[in-house]
Amino acid sequence: MKTAKQGVYFWQGSEACAEAAILAGCRFFAGYPITPASEIAEHLAKRLPQVDGIAIQMEDEIASIGAVIGASWTGAKAMTATSGPGFSLMQESIGYAFMTETPLVIVDVQRAGPSTGQATKCGQGDVMQSRWGTHGDYSAIVLSPNSVQEMFDLTVKAFNLAEEYRTPVILLSDEVTAHMREQVAVPSIEQIEIVNRKRPKPSDKAFFGLTEVPPMPAVGEGFNVAVTGSTHDEYGIRSTADPLVHKRLVERLNNKIQNHAEEIAHVESYNTENCKIGIVAYGCTSRAIYEAVEYAETKGIKTGYVRLKTIWPFPEKPIKKLAESAEKILVPEMNLRQIFHEVKKVAEGTAKIIPINKIGGGELITPEELLDIIIKEAE
Amino acid sequence: MNETFSVKKYLRNLKLPFCPGCGAFTVMNAFLKAVHELGYEDLSSFVFCSGIGCSAWIPSPYFIADSIHTLHGRSIPVATGVKLMRPSLNVVVFGGDGDIVGIGLSHFIHAARRNLDILVIMVNNMVYGMTGGQVAPTTPFKAKTTTTPYGNFEQPLDAANLAVVAGANYVARWTTAHQNELKEAIKKALCLNGFRFIEAISQCPTAFGRRVGFKDAGEMVKWFKEKAIPIEQAKKLGEEDLTQKIILGEFIQRKRQTLTETVYSAIKEASNVEEN
Repeated sequence: MKTAKQGVYFWQGSEACAEAAILAGCRFFAGYPITPASEIAEHLAKRLPQVDGIAIQMEDEIASIGAVIGASWTGAKAMTATSGPGFSLMQESIGYAFMTETPLVIVDVQRAGPSTGQATKCGQGDVMQSRWGTHGDYSAIVLSPNSVQEMFDLTVKAFNLAEEYRTPVILLSDEVTAHMREQVAVPSIEQIEIVNRKRPKPSDKAFFGLTEVPPMPAVGEGFNVAVTGSTHDEYGIRSTADPLVHKRLVERLNNKIQNHAEEIAHVESYNTENCKIGIVAYGCTSRAIYEAVEYAETKGIKTGYVRLKTIWPFPEKPIKKLAESAEKILVPEMNLRQIFHEVKKVAEGTAKIIPINKIGGGELITPEELLDIIIKEAE
Repeated sequence: MNETFSVKKYLRNLKLPFCPGCGAFTVMNAFLKAVHELGYEDLSSFVFCSGIGCSAWIPSPYFIADSIHTLHGRSIPVATGVKLMRPSLNVVVFGGDGDIVGIGLSHFIHAARRNLDILVIMVNNMVYGMTGGQVAPTTPFKAKTTTTPYGNFEQPLDAANLAVVAGANYVARWTTAHQNELKEAIKKALCLNGFRFIEAISQCPTAFGRRVGFKDAGEMVKWFKEKAIPIEQAKKLGEEDLTQKIILGEFIQRKRQTLTETVYSAIKEASNVEEN
């Protein structure tokens, strides 16, 4: 087996993520052991050398993402995987990757924080960190899988977005989605859409501007590319004081994502135009909505949902639409209100936004719990 | 090699950022002269990685070459990714003492342990120069800095010996007062493989020298000369006699298997397993 063949597999979420990465073209992984993300490193340590790729365990998460940045500048697709504590350590480098327009994928398998928290238990506390974790003005692309199939699909998507926008992309997974086993349908490699970074023409010199997403050379190709996390002009030359150069660079870096927010923002919607109760959910928590909605409907309660596959940029439009129909919107999360505030920002005044929060012990919000709240709120 | 040496051949037409009298000029010159004498017409076979600090600006963006100016302390991890994926390129890291053995110390030790095939040139000016002269892990005992106004109460780190113990293939230490020896060490290191470490003791007249009583850069260089002792001679002396000395020379040269060799043989093994 070189890359995973077309077929139906019974995989763990981590395994689906690793196999998808290989199919997407990833050939370099660097990581550091951490629960509950270590399985991704273990699987890639076994599989990458079989496809002439490299997997290396570094001395910490900072070194891991550093090596991934270096690998990306050789033209390789590269990734790392971690959990909350390691994700915190990577934040400075995420800003660097954003500033230098280095495509890479970071998988954050969320666990219950803050700090060491409950290391083996599921949580969704990194939602805001995935958006605002590094310093300075920046924009993040963050995807949220809720099944093993989506661990596969959205890993491919994460690589494609990283390459298309020349930016770090975060796959915000969680302990449940990464550890559970489910059926996964792997398409043939021809059926999988693969995006590769725009490469420069021999005459190109501006690798950090002039166009929205400039072409990216690799080191060793004769382009003499100067990469820096300091503010730089279109040619990579440091400009540490000129306000215009800073404004031009940082606005472009943000705009190249924000101007395409609607294209990047993917959701799964159901009955959003004709519901009394709406739900906005994502990741493992969103697994409860299907059953809860089905039962609510048998009780005659018109219920709809927007399930976020993209968390950042925040999918405002589908939520606005949901709010036009729903009187109340429930926001279940395994944290103490994070996406809740985003939904409020978009839909407050149009609908009443109701938080549902559960933390600790890795206990999921169950369909029964959700149903009880739907019934109560529908009265 | 026949043509006369000029740094201009390798440098972008930009104004260099260093203060008058800075040792970074000397180290930059020694490196480019070494490259020239080895017959490299340009720097196209090199990739330079550096972190944050004055010495990190030696290659970036001044060298006409690929250069990755990374975060503070993280040049070696980035160099790891570059070298593993492009083993044919010469990967050279420039950095200061704060960058390489302060904030980045763990990466330095692990890269030496792995015997990662890179050359690290550490410009040791014994202080955090760019931020205005704070105490560094390399600052001499009792030296006054802006954050040790009553004198440094810590002992400095011996980076060269640490690299030896960690597993580097080649380690040398020279000063900016020993330009020819420094250049020769760089030439030698560029022809070897594995982890190679050159420590260049350097002067920061602006943020260090004037606070510890040196009139100018020249006096500091003179001080290096006076304190210098060859490693062969140092081996015969006790710890007491060496406290005020700068030990110079080649600390080690050996041929441990390098990381690129072991990583690529592991890949080969993996594909053999696959075929069976």
